[in-house]
Amino acid sequence: MAQKKDKTKEIKVPKVPHSKCDTAKENKTGSWRDQRPSIDLSKCIKCAQCALHCPDGAIEVDETGAHINYDYCKGCLICERICPVKCITHKKEEK
Amino acid sequence: MVKTLEGSHAIADMIVNCEADVLACYPITPSTHIAEKLQKYYADGKIPEYITVEQEFSAISALAGASATGARTFTTTSSQGVALMHEVLYAVAGMRLPIVMCVANRSLNSPLGIWCDHQDIIPERDSGWIILMCESNQEAVDTLPQAYKLAESLLLPVMVCIDGFYLTHAVEQIDVPSKEIVQKFLPKFKPEFKLDTNNPITLGIYSTPQYLQDFREDLANDVDNAREPIKKTEEEFSKIINRNYGNGLIENYKCDDAERIIIAMSSFCGNVKEAIDELRDKGEKVGLLRIKSYRPFPYKDVQEILKNKKHVGVFDRATTLGGHPPLYTDVLAAIYDSDQKVPISSFIGGLGGKDVTVETAKNIFEDLKENKIKRKFV
Repeated sequence: MAQKKDKTKEIKVPKVPHSKCDTAKENKTGSWRDQRPSIDLSKCIKCAQCALHCPDGAIEVDETGAHINYDYCKGCLICERICPVKCITHKKEEK
Repeated sequence: MVKTLEGSHAIADMIVNCEADVLACYPITPSTHIAEKLQKYYADGKIPEYITVEQEFSAISALAGASATGARTFTTTSSQGVALMHEVLYAVAGMRLPIVMCVANRSLNSPLGIWCDHQDIIPERDSGWIILMCESNQEAVDTLPQAYKLAESLLLPVMVCIDGFYLTHAVEQIDVPSKEIVQKFLPKFKPEFKLDTNNPITLGIYSTPQYLQDFREDLANDVDNAREPIKKTEEEFSKIINRNYGNGLIENYKCDDAERIIIAMSSFCGNVKEAIDELRDKGEKVGLLRIKSYRPFPYKDVQEILKNKKHVGVFDRATTLGGHPPLYTDVLAAIYDSDQKVPISSFIGGLGGKDVTVETAKNIFEDLKENKIKRKFV
């Protein structure tokens, strides 16, 4: 419907502003991280409390233990606080 | 079929005939009777969904969600209700949701008043909504199906405005076009983008500086280009119902040979027409230019009609504090764009329900006899 006043300038945005679903994954936000948590898998009891409390959903638990996805982990360290067996520790992120 | 109806009830009848799917209204005088009647129709099963909300911000927000799923939506409000919707009105236009709203014009606080003036819609003129000002209840009823057609084809929200009390509470003979007539004119709403669980998208997104201006430019062009579709829709529907109200953007009442002209909006125009008829009987060449489409504003039509006139008076039922009144500003802008020079005076009146009568119109025409530009409250 839009008739551009300036024919040389083409507007490239869609008429209805929208975005497709599941696109947030494309933005890897791990670079925001200041503190880097790590999990001692020998102590991990796979209770999944860390995964449940992770605000970014960046922890997955499988039969070998909990694993952090550093593409999205922002280093809030909630996992370290919540871990019942204290198997998560952190150090400063090296950039 | 012509029936004796209250204006509000006729509008509610028309919403049923337009087959609106989702309604959300919060009652506020003088729009209450529209909401009330629609509640009754919902209870009777004539309307599929009516969301009872706790205030107007919620009403328009609920409709934004409903409209995003592809539903035909409607709400009605007045005065403080419009002001409370303010933020969402802009969002709705930017999201290109074709919501139709009936505003029963009423003054804004303070002092608190429940009566008619146009102050409530003035803050919304820049929002991206198409604003259509109706002179009579019959016109409002006939404008609603057009509003849906325009909204859904252009993806722009539309306000249909009627003067509070003067129209909403007037009981008169009104012909509400039947559902069959409306169905023939108004196709089903099938949006290209909508919320759908099978094909999920996000609406109401944020935009980086890289793209935001492009979205706004696109919207601005579309509102600007709505003038032709408004004319076309009016022409199309007037052929079906055998009634017409000017060209959809403006109404020209005896302007062609007139020397002095009043420019005004909404119900006051009825009185101006009466005054014109009386003055013309005495040989005075006077006319009325009624602005129906306040946004987009019909600059070209105004320029066309004001050619070779001696003095023009713009009647505003609202004020811009610290500036020229809103309609007056638009007329000045229209004339600045053309090569003619015509004196244009400003008259502000009818605020908060102050009666503006045939006598008021005659006094304005009397004022226009002098060549001196006047700016005053009447």
